[in-house]
Amino acid sequence: MSETIRRDQRRDPRREWIARNRLHPEHASVIAALGGTGGGAAAVSEWLGPNGVVRKNPRAIGFIGPNGVKRIDRSGLQQGEQSTATATAARDSRRTVTIDQPAFLVAVVPDLTGGRLSGHDKDLLGLARRLADADAEQPGAVVAILFGEHKGEGGGELKEQALGEAGIDRVVQLDDELYAGFAPETRLAALSAVERVMAPRFWLLPDSPLGGADLGRRLALRLGERAATGVWQVEADNEAALGWRCTARGAAGSLDIQRPLSRVALALAECAEPVDETRHAAEHLSLATSIPTTLSRIEDLGQVAVDPAGVALAEAEFILSGGNGVKEWDAFHHAAKVLGATEGASRVAVDDGFMARDRQVGATGTWVTARVYMAVGISGAIQHLQGIQRCDKVVAINLDPGCDMIKRADLAVIGDSTQILAALVAMVEQQRGGQRDAA
Amino acid sequence: MRPDQLQQGQEQKKQGIDVAVLVSIGRHPTTGRARRAEQDARGLELALAMEAELPGTRISVLHAGPQNDDGEAALRGYLGMGLESMTLLEQPEGSDAILALVEHLAATSPQLVITGARAERGEGSGLLPYALAEHLGWPLVNSLASVEKVENGVVTLLQALPRGQRRRLKVRLPAIISVDEAAPAARQSAFGPARRATFSVTPTAPEADSELAQWHLAPARKRPKRLKIVKAASARDRFKAAASKAEGKGGQVLTDVTPEQGAEAIYKLLKEEEVLR
Repeated sequence: MSETIRRDQRRDPRREWIARNRLHPEHASVIAALGGTGGGAAAVSEWLGPNGVVRKNPRAIGFIGPNGVKRIDRSGLQQGEQSTATATAARDSRRTVTIDQPAFLVAVVPDLTGGRLSGHDKDLLGLARRLADADAEQPGAVVAILFGEHKGEGGGELKEQALGEAGIDRVVQLDDELYAGFAPETRLAALSAVERVMAPRFWLLPDSPLGGADLGRRLALRLGERAATGVWQVEADNEAALGWRCTARGAAGSLDIQRPLSRVALALAECAEPVDETRHAAEHLSLATSIPTTLSRIEDLGQVAVDPAGVALAEAEFILSGGNGVKEWDAFHHAAKVLGATEGASRVAVDDGFMARDRQVGATGTWVTARVYMAVGISGAIQHLQGIQRCDKVVAINLDPGCDMIKRADLAVIGDSTQILAALVAMVEQQRGGQRDAA
Repeated sequence: MRPDQLQQGQEQKKQGIDVAVLVSIGRHPTTGRARRAEQDARGLELALAMEAELPGTRISVLHAGPQNDDGEAALRGYLGMGLESMTLLEQPEGSDAILALVEHLAATSPQLVITGARAERGEGSGLLPYALAEHLGWPLVNSLASVEKVENGVVTLLQALPRGQRRRLKVRLPAIISVDEAAPAARQSAFGPARRATFSVTPTAPEADSELAQWHLAPARKRPKRLKIVKAASARDRFKAAASKAEGKGGQVLTDVTPEQGAEAIYKLLKEEEVLR
């Protein structure tokens, strides 16, 4: 045995020297060769000797650091030179969990605003996992009922992965036109059908103004349950009927109500930690029954155009923000009008008197929560970046490709902001004109 | 529109509708004193605005609860907004208001019921409008911003959405609408008219809320702040998480593009996110 090890570990000083020397022309190929075979070699830095004693090869421990110096990481995590490849693999070391025969079901109806799971949705799924996994012998499965299309990052498989990583075992996708807009009666009919077919033990919905609060209360009354609303803490309790006790906010947030958890629960944000250690199957199910069509007495005439300037900056959905790099302010205001965006500004633009003080975004101004934040000519001071922490998508237009805003942005265009905005305005106007002609 | 239709339409307008406004006793957030509830007052304001717009609209204000001095002072806050009387469905403290209200509404059958989204005392779960809708079988619209018009038994409403957006809905009457902070603010309550207004008290069969009595109620505790949990196995990772600036996920950077190409990329993203209308 020791013979084979010695043969495996025969040293090639020249190769080692090249591996240490980052500037050597053959460095990359040698590293690649070591990476291919090196995984095995690194693993045998410790072995059981012929007399049953653990033998160690101190030279096989550690790795060559970025500066060509040998480093030893005692935490046991280090994997030598294969850092880039294995680091991502290590980060993805979440346990894959598949629940084939669930003892019961926990149904979750996330808001899915803009087609994505919000932070509130993920917290709720974390709570659902707690309820489902309480008994390790008989785990339950989490069923998510999604109204509308799910838009994950990337396409296809990655999208499904996003659902699985949030802790969803089964998915019921209902992306019919019927459920779009304000359609509480049709949505309720669909949820009732799910109740008939699957009979979940718990129904969890977010207590949020985005739709969960409304739908959850309707569902509770339809199922004849007295829903626990504003739940922010859940604990196991053997005396309760369903085995859980919850703490809920009542009386406009001035009371804490301790009560047994009901079948339908509406939970606040941060009610539980989101799932991050496991990955679930997110297997698609189709409903076996047909959903009865209901004649709705509520007709949705669609959203009304709102004056974007009247929307509070903190809750605006789409913000066009200007900074020091904006030279043509008239063109900027025109662009905001055409795009239907609320206007924001960086501190410099406000100090220079181009924008009002109440439009300032950042630590000293407003902390915004926009879904799309477009930063024009803003380099991205740390105070400004703090203010846009909670924005979903950031678009940056800037002349300087090295600034911090570009690092934060999901889409960055390097170029003259005036010209790019003018081109964008022309494009939007052209599209709108085309649509009007067609209509 | 033909002249006779026009005539009919005007008559319909003049006729107005029956509106019932459900009010509760509120609680001042800092002092804890009884007052008119914020959301219910906004609901009454909405009804009064409808009356001004649609002459002939009859407003009846309803409250279910015990009759005592403290409560009466708070309820007079609503009467001072320009009402002559209100109906008090008398029931002992700790009773379930839903059944009494359902019975009363079924008997009087108003065309529109306006209520605040949730109470400021007691359970305050916001389930009451939904319970009424379920019991009466009427459609319900939540988070109302304004009533645009009422014609031929159909009401056109503006519903408030998060992020300052509005949605227009058409609802067939009779219906229930619930009001929250998005509705116009309530007018001031005048003391004199409030004193002169009267209560008409209707006793109801008490139905004790046994479930609520079993729950443990306590003043709200501050919720624990969520900690940023760093799940790193090695000291190096922990140090990196604590010390380094949060890096972006590496977005797309377009360099050396014409303004048109850049604009097109931005346009595509805005379309994907559905923020362009």
